[in-house]
Amino acid sequence: MATLRGSRLYSLLHMTTTIRQLPADDPAQVAAFEALIAAGESIEPKDWMPARYRSQLTRMMSQHAHSEVVGMLPEGNWITRAPSLRRKQSLIAKVQDEAGHGLYIYCGTETLGVDRFDLFNQLLDGTAKYSSIFNYPTLSWADMGVIGWLVDGAAIVNQTVLAKTSYGPYARAMVRICKEENFHKRQGYEICTVLANGTPAQRAMLQDAVDRFWWPSLMMFGPSDTNSLNSGELLRWKVKRKTNDELRQRFVNLTIPQAQALGITVPDPDLRFDPETKNWVFGEIDWSEFQQVISGNGPCNRERLEARRKAHDDGQWVREAASAHAAKRARKTEAA
Amino acid sequence: MAEPTGPTDSHWPLWEVFTQGNVGEPFEHAGSLHATDAEHALQNARDVYARRGEAMNLWVVPSTAITASAPSDAGPFFDPGNDKAYRHPQFYKAPRGIRVF
Repeated sequence: MATLRGSRLYSLLHMTTTIRQLPADDPAQVAAFEALIAAGESIEPKDWMPARYRSQLTRMMSQHAHSEVVGMLPEGNWITRAPSLRRKQSLIAKVQDEAGHGLYIYCGTETLGVDRFDLFNQLLDGTAKYSSIFNYPTLSWADMGVIGWLVDGAAIVNQTVLAKTSYGPYARAMVRICKEENFHKRQGYEICTVLANGTPAQRAMLQDAVDRFWWPSLMMFGPSDTNSLNSGELLRWKVKRKTNDELRQRFVNLTIPQAQALGITVPDPDLRFDPETKNWVFGEIDWSEFQQVISGNGPCNRERLEARRKAHDDGQWVREAASAHAAKRARKTEAA
Repeated sequence: MAEPTGPTDSHWPLWEVFTQGNVGEPFEHAGSLHATDAEHALQNARDVYARRGEAMNLWVVPSTAITASAPSDAGPFFDPGNDKAYRHPQFYKAPRGIRVF
């Protein structure tokens, strides 16, 4: 069974059967459920919910949890090379937070009746999706600043709205996460500030990092509203409260003044301020790149999954030891 | 890829974690986690739910030990408390001009 469960085939089969076997919902129950949502009530694990609501949340939450876990890798890469003890302890704390965030959300998915073991296997065998941003390499120290500033900044914009999502356990996990992300963003922006006020080489390193991470950060909000398959239903059920494009615009509006304060530019020749809408209008996103990275062909997809599998395998003895220790203690208690 | 074998942490018992933010405050549900036994659960709860001084005290409770009311029966179940307006101060009239509170 272990072999079958771990295989890619199993996950594929498992996922397709889950989708196919969705039972037809009772219209009266659906109406009562939608009335609750319309009244702004939150849905709790034991409440009745449409099978489709459950499966969409499982998909969204597990992708979110996977992203937190994979998100440890690009930054973990720089812990040993942090330029000072202060930076090193911040980075360790941040990476530990990401592990915690993954746990909060995995626990949230378990309230939907999913086994974390299955979700984890989908991540390890490559069938699960996670945020495309983590498939880009972290080439310089400036990347640690820019990830905190842009990537965690984008995550905050997204998660602040998710904190009002209709599913209670997800919303509560988001509230907790948002509090912690603020530290992530500020430590990132501090790194950027120091580099921006540093030597010409440091400024160039910062600009280079922004040039590489700007567009991938905008892609973090997902496909444009015109191409987002899941958006309509998710908005109706208040799983999402704002569309991908609305959130993306909000992020750009917040971020451009921060870039100006650093004295750096973003790599978008079409960027302009629209005095009427008060929006920073940005150029067209390269959606073919987004599709490539999301479907497994980004610069680091393979490396990330290999690192994740190695970490999982290397941790096997720890899980075994913990189980053995608990069993031994239970035996001692029984004997006493 | 190595197949996942042996004990996996998600098959350890599930524990519900409650945190007390300050002495004298009520315990609040923080979330859940998997752990082999109570002591392990307590240590994991500290690492997952109290990294920034959020808790003065922690409770961990096996999830299976919790009995909860059913949302579907919430109406009749809570009904005895819902129709007794006379249990609220607003039910009682005080003469005009007199501050009772």
